[in-house]
Amino acid sequence: MALFRSKQDVFSEDLASQIGESQTLGVQLRRMARRNKLAVASAVFLALLTLAAIFVPILSPYDPVIGDASIRLKPPSAAHWLGTDEMGRDVLTRLLYGARISLAVGVVPTLISMILGVALGVVAGYVGGMTDYILMRLADVMLAFPSLLLAMVIMYTLGGGVLNIFLALALVGWASVARVARSETISLKESEYVQAAKSIGVSGGRIIRRHILPNCLPALIVLFTLNIPSAILSESSLSFLGAGVQLPNSSWGLMVNMGRQFLYNAPWISLAPSAAIMLVVLACNFLGDGLRDALDPHLNNE
Amino acid sequence: MSTLKSIVRRILSAIPVLIGVVLIIYLILHILPGNAILTMMGEHAREEVVQQLSADLGLDKPWYVQFWMYVSGLFTGNMGTSIKYHKPVSELIATYFPVTIKLSVLAALVAWAVGIVCGVVSAMRKDKLADRIGMGFSLLGVSVPVFMTAMVLQYLLAYKLKWFPIQGTKEGFVCYILPAIALGWSSAGSVARLTRSTLLEVMESDYIDTARAKGRSVPGAVVFHALRNAMIPVVTVMAIQISSLLSGAVITETIFSLPGIGRLCVDAISGRDVPLLQGSVIFATALVIAGNLVADCLYSVLDPRIRKEG
Repeated sequence: MALFRSKQDVFSEDLASQIGESQTLGVQLRRMARRNKLAVASAVFLALLTLAAIFVPILSPYDPVIGDASIRLKPPSAAHWLGTDEMGRDVLTRLLYGARISLAVGVVPTLISMILGVALGVVAGYVGGMTDYILMRLADVMLAFPSLLLAMVIMYTLGGGVLNIFLALALVGWASVARVARSETISLKESEYVQAAKSIGVSGGRIIRRHILPNCLPALIVLFTLNIPSAILSESSLSFLGAGVQLPNSSWGLMVNMGRQFLYNAPWISLAPSAAIMLVVLACNFLGDGLRDALDPHLNNE
Repeated sequence: MSTLKSIVRRILSAIPVLIGVVLIIYLILHILPGNAILTMMGEHAREEVVQQLSADLGLDKPWYVQFWMYVSGLFTGNMGTSIKYHKPVSELIATYFPVTIKLSVLAALVAWAVGIVCGVVSAMRKDKLADRIGMGFSLLGVSVPVFMTAMVLQYLLAYKLKWFPIQGTKEGFVCYILPAIALGWSSAGSVARLTRSTLLEVMESDYIDTARAKGRSVPGAVVFHALRNAMIPVVTVMAIQISSLLSGAVITETIFSLPGIGRLCVDAISGRDVPLLQGSVIFATALVIAGNLVADCLYSVLDPRIRKEG
């Protein structure tokens, strides 16, 4: 593989398209890094934000909860880059603390819904028959709901809080993953190497683990990066409506909700977290698009 | 004939989905051991009153009997009585529904207009600056949270410039313009992307070459020949958008204080009004299912290839 990297672009791309599916993930990712600068910049941005969220107690001199009443509702300045809120707290500091929950809400429920969706989708696609029919009708039903409304109903039953958001968003998200996993499985099931494995008596579980799952992986990675932004947007909408993260915890959506009443005299309080959501969602979308271009075998040949 | 048959079959296949929707919402909302009567009457209600009311409302029966009562009620348009407003849920939905419809239709128009224009411009100027701007603008719409667009529009155009009313529906049509832009922009992205990619695909086909050979200009070929076929997948994606439009309507209606279905759901949650929440979510989901059905049928009418396969 390393040989192709040292050749000229045209040549290596030609070869790369010839070897098609035998490319390793690493090679595909490196090719994306070379072609798609925006995706790389997005990945760097997300990594930096994550680090900043982890190390904010060291990075920021301000407290996220206790404010200074003498500096209430101050516009952005050198000391407070994004201004202060109604209790005299530094908005940037709160933003970075809020990033912990908002980023976690992007990743954790997406991961749970991926695991759930892949398990059900692969089983439905591989087993077929009645199992497939029932699981897919269930997916149809889940996909019929406007996602925010379903999440609101689940949150109503479970009550607010971060863990319940994880659960609610995972329950809302698995169906679309299951559909993708199912269709990938069905197409892989017909492939010659799976048929060959079957004919020499390899068990169904082993075929799924050794042949189907690894080959679904590229599609699932893309889906994962593209589902993160929708989870972040869902959480922020839920928290914005007051049905999500509860005080004293803070997420970006809740910050927007709290700052909304000061929209006219201190717009930075709610606009800063809104902009943060926008940037993270944009970065995830760019990264997801880049990954799709690099990993999707259907697009590789174009 | 075959079109009619496939339409009937699609309508029939939507029924089990609808029943599943009702069942799932019902189960989620009734898993809680919480007592609806206590919510209605307050914590200090007398024991015999609670029991009498439970019997009257059928709450002392097992959940599947209650579920059956609820579903058979749905067939006659009876969705129970709102705890908060003391009115039939169906009556409340009928009052609030027109606002959501106006908002969603206007937002869909915004999404179509922005999405199709961006998509066509991007496709015709592929890989040029206009393509980047068109795609960037629509991607931004998908990425900006609806509440941010709504608040920025409200702050700048309604509060600062006073061009539009800040909230409510008193002034009629103008009240819907800002919410519709905020909501529509978020759906424009997928329309734009799909318009661009299908248009690029269609422009490669033989009949476009024929049209060009007969002397049609490129814009002429796009408008008179390509767009019609490129719109077929776009129609389908618009149906999927109904679902996200309704999700977004919850937020825009809250910000602009529009009395619609989304607002009703938020009220129902804050008022712990289970019958109202159940009714409005089921109604909204039924709308999505109906929208998908219409799109499916339109799809088979618009595309002769699917019509034949039936």
